Amino acid sequence: MTTPAPYRVVTRTVEAPDVATLVLEPAGDPLPPFSPGQFAMLYAFGVGDIPVSVCAVDGHRLTHTIRAVGAVSSALHGSRTGGTVGVRGPFGTGWGLDHAAGRDLLVIAGGIGLAPLRPVVLAALAAPERHGRLNVLVGARVPGDLLYASETDAWRERGARVLVTVDRPDARWNGDVGVVTTLLGRAAFTPSDTTAFVCGPEVMIRATARDLVDRGLDADRVRVSLERTMHCGVGHCGHCQLGPLLLCRDGPVVTWAEARSLLRVREL
Amino acid sequence: MTDRDTTTAVIGKDGVDALISVLAGRGRTVVGPTVRDGAIVLAELTRGDELPYGWGVELEAGHYRLRAREDGAAFANSAGPNSWKTFLHPQRERQWTAERRTGSGDDTDTDSREAWVVVPDETPSRSYAFLGVRPCDLRAIAIQDRVLTGGPYADRAYRGRRERAFLVVVECTEPGATCFCVSMGAGPGVDGGSDASYDLALTEVVDAAGHRFHVRAGSAEGAAVLAELPHRPADDTTAAAARERVAAAAGRMGRTMPEVDLRALMRDSLGAERWNDVAARCLTCGNCTMVCPTCFCTSAEDVTDLTGDHTERWRRWESCFDLEFTHLPGGTVRSSSSSRYRQWCTHKLGTWHDQFGSSGCVGCGRCVVWCPVGIDITEEAHALADERAAGEGGTS
Repeated sequence: MTTPAPYRVVTRTVEAPDVATLVLEPAGDPLPPFSPGQFAMLYAFGVGDIPVSVCAVDGHRLTHTIRAVGAVSSALHGSRTGGTVGVRGPFGTGWGLDHAAGRDLLVIAGGIGLAPLRPVVLAALAAPERHGRLNVLVGARVPGDLLYASETDAWRERGARVLVTVDRPDARWNGDVGVVTTLLGRAAFTPSDTTAFVCGPEVMIRATARDLVDRGLDADRVRVSLERTMHCGVGHCGHCQLGPLLLCRDGPVVTWAEARSLLRVREL
Repeated sequence: MTDRDTTTAVIGKDGVDALISVLAGRGRTVVGPTVRDGAIVLAELTRGDELPYGWGVELEAGHYRLRAREDGAAFANSAGPNSWKTFLHPQRERQWTAERRTGSGDDTDTDSREAWVVVPDETPSRSYAFLGVRPCDLRAIAIQDRVLTGGPYADRAYRGRRERAFLVVVECTEPGATCFCVSMGAGPGVDGGSDASYDLALTEVVDAAGHRFHVRAGSAEGAAVLAELPHRPADDTTAAAARERVAAAAGRMGRTMPEVDLRALMRDSLGAERWNDVAARCLTCGNCTMVCPTCFCTSAEDVTDLTGDHTERWRRWESCFDLEFTHLPGGTVRSSSSSRYRQWCTHKLGTWHDQFGSSGCVGCGRCVVWCPVGIDITEEAHALADERAAGEGGTS
């Protein structure tokens, strides 16, 4: 078992009432570079560690967006600037943006699922010549849950089609209301020549992937990031099994062609 | 796999006594079967007479009893409640320690207050000698080797113990009523396709010519150890008697798996009704996972002292039958008993192939014996095969 490498919290940005983004810098030797879609096991001193996908990689700096839901995520979420967080990784499969070269891109996120997809958006924006049209479709429960609100306008300005919807609008919301798949009709893509990247709650992933396949996307070109309990990150603890897959090793990003039949089985 | 030396010999009970002392003299902790608390368990041995000479076992689903044997054999008994994973992949193990740096002691100095260092647990591996590894358990060790050291992230502590371990296999001449190693291709002889290397392989023979052990060395160290024991050259009669007993054992398996591709059966059975039938009996106690020689799942636990400045990461055995095993913020993935038994069974016989390149079952029968309600994986596999066949018949 590798031990966590200490990383210093450089900045902490509040994204939503229970969500914060931490920028981390190695306090000692840096870990090998992370690819978008891969995850780290983030360790809070004395509390434990949890898998968290990277949401930006900048040299040796790592960025992670964390929602406080359990003991470890609450401790990480509460980290202060100057504090230390342990990092193990990089683990798992990446989004494989390189395989989408030349095609239209559909980045579809539900809630905190935008965090693992953010590096796909940033990489696509940085090299627009390498792919077709970039669509970013975002759904959230309430407007206050929308992540990276300050960035999405910049994504639009740089050429991305960014569409946002919420389940429960508040008085100030004048945008779309409904599930994220309702935005697909307004996205700019040629189904036969598109790669989709999907992350969010499992129910949202299923609905979205089914819709995309119905619209003519090849199930191999619908890439989804799945979530299961993980204790080790290195394929030894057994918690993250999904049928034949060890999601820490064979995932978290898998194609819908692989995931479809597995997610169809209840409680697999 | 190491080249197997072809050295063979015959030793007596005095040779086994000497084997324990020679291995101990080489700095090894010798572990083998011994009678304790009404069962044959694996424990540290210092003398040959601690072996279960004259003890056999009576096994059935949910049933284990010792019974005296007339012939005085030590190894004419099949798997007990524990397996070698107890030693190679222990139930609880510290993985690292972390200390908060006290720094300048100035509480306003956030950096120094928040910093900590991690110290990996580098406790030197114990050097074990395992005496009495059954071929099914030798296979189980090979399976755990692939899980814990076969991927890109080797478990260093496991590997350390594994590389130092001296393995004395004892071939099986007395299968239990719950054994099915033949179905799994894992026994009863050591050449039955087993894929972990051993140092010495013994076959116990008790007949009119006496109580003796046919020995084969499987490594250079095995041959060196054998040379230090009181031994005589292997004679044809003993060699033939040993072969005959192992061959006879193969014909006396108490259980069999259905003669189908079990991996495909599991894949085809995810929606089987049979899981609900098992769930009506299964207590989800996890005994099967604890006694299984290949079940490897663990959970991480962090323990902090009262000052909060010293914390330790421990890893402990975990069971896929535990509700917390698949806990996610949105709820537990496998909440029904049927889904948890299905996970264990389909993993063991099916998806283990996808994950680690072989079956996860060796046919030792421990899960059958130690299930408090006597759920029998072979019976369940037969029922699943029957259900599939009936379904195919119904749709044709």
